[in-house]
Amino acid sequence: MFKLFKNLGKKEWLFMIISVVFIAIQVLLDLRLPDYMSNITTLVQTKGSSNEILIEGAKMLGCAFLSLATSIIVGYLATFIASSFGQKIRGKVYRKVLDFSMEEIKDFSVSSLITRTTNDVGQVQMLISFGLQALIKAPIMATLAIIKIAGKNLTFSKLVFLAVLILLILIVVIISLVLPKFKIIQKLTDNLNRITRENLTGIRVIRAFNAETYQKNKFNEANSNLTNTIVYVQKIMGVMSPAMTLVTSSLTLAIYVLGATLISRANMMDKITIFSDMVVFTSYAMQVIMSFMMLVMIFLIYPRASVSGKRILEVLERVNKIQNGTKKVGKEKGTIEFRKVSFKYPDAESYMIRNISFKARPGETIAFIGGTGSGKSTLVNLIPRFYDATFGDVLVDGVNVKEYDLNSLHEKIGYVSQKAIMFSGSIRRNVSYGDEDRITDDTILKAIEISQAKDFVLKMDEGIDSHIARGGTNVSGGQKQRLSIARAIAHKPEIYIFDDTFSALDYETDYKLRCELKKNTKNATTIIVASRIGTILDADKIVVLEHGEMVGIGTHKELLKNCKVYQEIAKSQLSEEEL
Amino acid sequence: MGPRGRRNIEKPKNFKQAIKNLFFVLKPFRGWIVISIILAFVASIISILGPDKIKEITNLIVLGLSGEININKIKEIALYLICLYLIGALSNYFVNFIMATITNRFSKTLRSQISEKINKLPLKYFDNNSYGEILSCVTNDVDTMSGMIQQSIGTFVSSITLFIGSIFMMFKTNYILAFVSIGASLIGFLFMMVVLIKSQKYFQKFQDELGSLNGHIEETYTAHNIIKVYNGYEEEVETFDSINNEMFESALKSHFFSGLMHPFMGFIGNLSYVLVCVVGSYLAINGTIDFGVIVAFTIYARLFSQPLSQIAQVASSFQSAGAASERVFEFLEVEEMQDEHGIKTHLDKNDVKGEIVFQHVKFGYDEKTIIKDFSSRAHPGDKIAIVGPTGAGKTTLVNLLMKFYNITDGDILIDGVSIKNLTRENIHDLFIMVLQDTWVFEGSIKENISYNKEVKFSKIKEICQKIGLDHTIETLSQGYDTILNDTETLSAGEKQLLTIARGMIKDSPFLILDEATSSVDTRTEELVSLAMDSLCEGRTSFIIAHRLSTIKNADLILVLNDGNIVEQGTHEELLEKNGFYANLYNSQFQKIN
Repeated sequence: MFKLFKNLGKKEWLFMIISVVFIAIQVLLDLRLPDYMSNITTLVQTKGSSNEILIEGAKMLGCAFLSLATSIIVGYLATFIASSFGQKIRGKVYRKVLDFSMEEIKDFSVSSLITRTTNDVGQVQMLISFGLQALIKAPIMATLAIIKIAGKNLTFSKLVFLAVLILLILIVVIISLVLPKFKIIQKLTDNLNRITRENLTGIRVIRAFNAETYQKNKFNEANSNLTNTIVYVQKIMGVMSPAMTLVTSSLTLAIYVLGATLISRANMMDKITIFSDMVVFTSYAMQVIMSFMMLVMIFLIYPRASVSGKRILEVLERVNKIQNGTKKVGKEKGTIEFRKVSFKYPDAESYMIRNISFKARPGETIAFIGGTGSGKSTLVNLIPRFYDATFGDVLVDGVNVKEYDLNSLHEKIGYVSQKAIMFSGSIRRNVSYGDEDRITDDTILKAIEISQAKDFVLKMDEGIDSHIARGGTNVSGGQKQRLSIARAIAHKPEIYIFDDTFSALDYETDYKLRCELKKNTKNATTIIVASRIGTILDADKIVVLEHGEMVGIGTHKELLKNCKVYQEIAKSQLSEEEL
Repeated sequence: MGPRGRRNIEKPKNFKQAIKNLFFVLKPFRGWIVISIILAFVASIISILGPDKIKEITNLIVLGLSGEININKIKEIALYLICLYLIGALSNYFVNFIMATITNRFSKTLRSQISEKINKLPLKYFDNNSYGEILSCVTNDVDTMSGMIQQSIGTFVSSITLFIGSIFMMFKTNYILAFVSIGASLIGFLFMMVVLIKSQKYFQKFQDELGSLNGHIEETYTAHNIIKVYNGYEEEVETFDSINNEMFESALKSHFFSGLMHPFMGFIGNLSYVLVCVVGSYLAINGTIDFGVIVAFTIYARLFSQPLSQIAQVASSFQSAGAASERVFEFLEVEEMQDEHGIKTHLDKNDVKGEIVFQHVKFGYDEKTIIKDFSSRAHPGDKIAIVGPTGAGKTTLVNLLMKFYNITDGDILIDGVSIKNLTRENIHDLFIMVLQDTWVFEGSIKENISYNKEVKFSKIKEICQKIGLDHTIETLSQGYDTILNDTETLSAGEKQLLTIARGMIKDSPFLILDEATSSVDTRTEELVSLAMDSLCEGRTSFIIAHRLSTIKNADLILVLNDGNIVEQGTHEELLEKNGFYANLYNSQFQKIN
């Protein structure tokens, strides 16, 4: 947590020091107020002149004004520090995350990274803007108020001390009763949400099995558990504010009763001193109690913010596994070679792919086929360096991918993922993404024509200027996939990687698209990961993978003859005549 | 969520209706609500009476300054006050107690209602509405509503009482000081209102920017791979920075302004304190008032300024609760599925022969006809394959058969009985349905397989052995008692087998089966295929087919395109026809020329 504060700049530290000064001034001013009150009281009792009272009143009002001014300044400074801190941290985390490789992203998970960049930074920011003021103000206020009281009247001071003690005990008891329940409530809420989600996602199955009552009973049980726990907590928490009011009002009362006794016993001269002491004491007492409350509040917020701080630091301190190389050009053009490549995820026991070797020459199409978990997607992820091979070498254009400057490596590659990714913005932006200055409208039009996207794009109101909503929600899955294929084509790469891209298309579109692609990208090397055998019948080389191992390589015809796994796949997807 | 940012205040579309609905649900609790209103009232009256008594004590002391203090009288008042304080604290606690109990009971009822509503809605509702919205109804919206009720009823009553009561007491005690102290507070409040209204604009801006920043973060984190490969890093960072910088500006402004609230409140307190003291002292010196009045007034001033800000807070939380309750009630009022109490016909699943006849079935929604005119017949034990490109509406047919959707015109007859004359429950009982998106819930494997049915364990084990799932389950840490959740999961293929086992346990005369595509590895796929085949045995089956063998062996193939059934016949017949099916079939296996 405190490591994060290193990110505060000089300006912020300066502001913080200034805040401390102003807060101290503010507290002093606030504590002066009862003094004037006391003076005025004395003046009234001693029949002082109205002029004197007016002067005291003016001083008091001046104090109040100054106190307001200092609070405004402190408020501004604190907000500035917090906002600027939030801005800086957010920027840092964002850059760090975009720089992560797939391994780190997978480790944290995308949704957790989003929360870390937004919510967690917000939490820490809140701690600073509120906590900073309270943390500085409370001790100053408590100390100064205690000093004031301590000098005045020991009996009254004891009473205040007693009240604080009672309140502290009360808070400790309540918190220790309630805090463990908070975690349980979180769990029970998650549980209830899970069951509701289950009811929604399984709605067809539930109805088909007439299991509505079964689910209802599950929901009601979770609902009751949650409600009972919350009621318990709230009943206990409900003690807090009435008890606090009771203690503070009783304190005032006690001071007055005790004061009356003291005055009746004191001699004439002391009587008035005790009396004015008594009047101001009640307000000092409030100050002391308030500062203790403020500290308690910090203890309540701090744990949450500290968890957030830890989560942010985890991101910032993570060392990127993939380091940039320096080479900008390759030795060959359009070749990909795997030399005895094995890969396993860190911490995983078994290898995802084992001992894979092959070479793709310019213009060739290499296809990978195999079931889920056969490692075909993992294998192609090694080419753009989403991951690095655990053993062996991956070479692009005759150079090990680890030696490349990542930007130069990526410029060679047109990659299309299994799940089509869209950016909010125009179709033009989506297709020419990353190279908007260089890719012309003609290139974009040609690309969407090849990818079979031209028809629907031109039907849209503004053609290639039509807007794509965040997440691509205004186009269908197949359309998104065709646009993301157009993106790869528009960049005219040396190497195409289609990671199970074609499964989202229907057979007809799949077929037409492949024909067009073949015609227009003769010189490019193409890597296709496929689950449908129809997609890869004409590949120059088909690599068959099972459990991470290469169990066959060759053309469709060769594999039908000599590869058992390939035969099995073919049997389930093709008719006998085609076999 | 914004740091220290208040929630963007949502405004309900029809505030009156929303509140009306809210009060309707609260009706059963009205007795308790009245009691807590009375208690809140009592507590507030006590906090107003307090200063009056303190004033009496002060006066007694002042009287005694120049002579003898009447200690006994003071003690008497103090005892009286302590009693009042205790009663006040107890009343306040009981208000909290009652409110905690009834508001939570209220949210519990509401949550149950929403959950039950889910079961009563036509399936079509879920095609057009996201799960997220309904989920947030159950949690966020209900919480917002109950939170509002819990806080506002007590606060509102006591604020109003305090407000009126302290004005009354102030005027009763001394009208000059009353004017002074109310005037000071009002000036302060006017000033604060101006600041608040001004800051609202920045808050809106801050919320908008926060939204677009979150959107950008979500988009770029999800598109991480693509950004890498297409070298979009610089561009994205630039966009991020510009939003981040703008957000810094609006965060600074909005939070600064909202932060002013507290010091201003403090200042208003101080201002009326000073004015009361100065003016009060004048009056005291003139002998118009006792000194105790000043002391009492300093407390009244505080009591008076408190409720004003509280009422403002309640009003804003009222608004967001109004919006939440509107969503909840809107959901609760969505039209439910047809009532079926009038249906008396019943088909026993043990006596059903297994014939299904489609008679001129028409179906459509939103004035869009999807299935135009479809007639066909499935004989007992037939296998009917449903094929067509992605998005052709293959599930629509399933939805009609299961009576998830009602047909617009025509009829479907099961063993000669129209499905219109059968309850949904009855129809569901006749069908086994195994879908492609396998649904498992958090619970033991045993529960997942025997789902909603009392079966002997030996039967479950027997079925799992039959389909080759037993071995996998026995290798898990707890065997059949293993709880399926985020950490302990089965592979896609194993889940498929599990849902097939679930269907086998159900053992109904009809089967609807959605064959898996190639999302499972070849070995499991073989097991799944075998299991599916044995599930079909002896049942009239409708199969959304992906496997060629299924299609070829089918007694009837229904070819769908754009939601409509365009062709039907056997594989050979359809190939001969050389129409849509033939085209579809050939394109799958064509080589590029």
